[in-house]
Amino acid sequence: MSAPTITQPGVAASQPLRKDRMRAGDTKPAWLFIAPFALFYVLFLIWPTIYMVVASFFNTSIVQEGFGSFAGFGNYQEMLTRPEFWSAMWHTLQFTIYTTPPLVVLAFLFAILANRVRRGQALFRLAFFVPFILPSAAIALIWNFIYTPASGLLAVVQGWFGVEAPSPVLGTPSIAMVGIAVTTVWWTIGFNFILYLAGLQDIPRELYEAAALDGATPWQQIRWITIPMLSRTTTLVVLLQIIASLKIFDQVYLMTGGGPGIATEVALGLITTSAFTDFRVGAASAASVLLFIVIVIIAVLRQLIDRAQERRA
Amino acid sequence: MATTGTSSTPRRTPGISAAAPPPRRVTDSSKNSSRAFNVVCGVVLGVFAVLWLIPSLWAIKTSLTPNSVSAVGAEEILRHGGLTLEPYANILRGGAIWDWYLASFFTAAVTTALTVVFASMSGYALSRLQFRGRGLVFVLMLAGIMIPSQVLVVPIFQMLDAVSLLNTYWAVILPQIPYVIAVFVFKQFFDGLPKELEESARIDGAGFWRIYRSIIMPLSKPVVSAMAILAFVNVWNNLLLPLFVVSNPELMTIPVGLATVQGSFGQRYSDIQASSILGALPLVILFLLFQRRIVEGVAGTGLKG
Repeated sequence: MSAPTITQPGVAASQPLRKDRMRAGDTKPAWLFIAPFALFYVLFLIWPTIYMVVASFFNTSIVQEGFGSFAGFGNYQEMLTRPEFWSAMWHTLQFTIYTTPPLVVLAFLFAILANRVRRGQALFRLAFFVPFILPSAAIALIWNFIYTPASGLLAVVQGWFGVEAPSPVLGTPSIAMVGIAVTTVWWTIGFNFILYLAGLQDIPRELYEAAALDGATPWQQIRWITIPMLSRTTTLVVLLQIIASLKIFDQVYLMTGGGPGIATEVALGLITTSAFTDFRVGAASAASVLLFIVIVIIAVLRQLIDRAQERRA
Repeated sequence: MATTGTSSTPRRTPGISAAAPPPRRVTDSSKNSSRAFNVVCGVVLGVFAVLWLIPSLWAIKTSLTPNSVSAVGAEEILRHGGLTLEPYANILRGGAIWDWYLASFFTAAVTTALTVVFASMSGYALSRLQFRGRGLVFVLMLAGIMIPSQVLVVPIFQMLDAVSLLNTYWAVILPQIPYVIAVFVFKQFFDGLPKELEESARIDGAGFWRIYRSIIMPLSKPVVSAMAILAFVNVWNNLLLPLFVVSNPELMTIPVGLATVQGSFGQRYSDIQASSILGALPLVILFLLFQRRIVEGVAGTGLKG
């Protein structure tokens, strides 16, 4: 490949020769164009990944230099047998289960409704989308205040509906995660709303016109045109939602700190606590690797599904 | 963007073309029942929109109420008629928020500038240049989209520690530069640009760098601004990284600063809500200024935390 075919200039067909020359000429500038980004890509995505995997096999600690003593699969064994690890994994899954259905169904509903309404688009975008671009910390301060036990807005509204002495949402182990999930649905629905609105733009209007001519009711149009035509968006939304849920950290850290007890401790919370509070980087790395693998599997799955759908479309 | 990092592929070709405003649908038959249906839709959605606005309005209302009133409880806040700007004055006079603003503006602006320049350069090479290793670069970048950067916070902390960059703005900036999805968004946008202009420039002897700078980039303002805004919002909102790599209060970004408010303000609920609103305000302004770009950017790239 690398040997240029200049020895027999007359023999080589002009087309491949020209291509080869172009390739050789572009290679140096091409790498110069890619180098700055590639440098940061390797330093802050590839290298930390390798470092994490290596550290997971050592008794690495944050308070001492180097990797520490070799631990083999000790960190993994410890994590996989620790109840806290499985409880954190379960809470992560629980959060995913609580947030995904409402985030998909409500966003779909809002988008379909918004698509039929002529006025107030600016209001809908303001109401549904703006929370999504705000910092999690601002959101948490607003909702923590709403959830204030006894005197908060939620408790007062519950009182109007006859609920006497409602349990504090974030202070009750059985419902704390529900409180976090409600906040998350409120905060991030705008993302799915916008994706569905964009998906609705791609549906040819003629389909609806033809259906209307055939006397299809609005409901029938939604059932037999809109929902099937949006299936690709729905797959995307669901998988992105699952990936985002697995990485949940902010809301839990800000609203319950993993509590009460460890009732809402999630995977990333366990990882950061192991590393930065217990100084046990090796154990944290092992948990990171496990979470990393789960997320990458779903991300790969998403790419494969996306490719398959693209081919079919 | 909610948290940060990315996990998806750009889907629409020039990334940015899908328009946000919905089509005005004209149904020609059964117009009346359809119109009635649309009115019902509007009412239902209106109710949801109001429901969705309540938390924000509640925060605003509380922030305009004296601390002494908000400490009593929600009913007292509802009953209280007057408005005061005192909580805002408390926060702005307190001083800490100015440090947070500075840290957030500086880190977000620098990261955004470097990300946009570096990612567009890579996107240009992938779109226009034929070179050995192109396929490899492409595959590696695609793999990079799937790497959950949040999970790497521990090793990144250790790396920054090893080079003594903890507690500097650089600790917040550098790890956030490789915003891999931007490379693909740029590449796809460049793929859609006509090649004729460059070809004549090449004949005139212009190098790739000149073509990138004086032909490609000026034609790419929509995608540059969309990526810049998304990167800015991502960095601004990131909590996880700055939370652990910065502990000096003077270097805290808005999210990290706000995370300390709950504990340190105690029962000063009005001050807490005022600081939350002040922390969110720059992004609300950004949204109002660049609504379409933000919405289209999010829809076109499927970016999500």
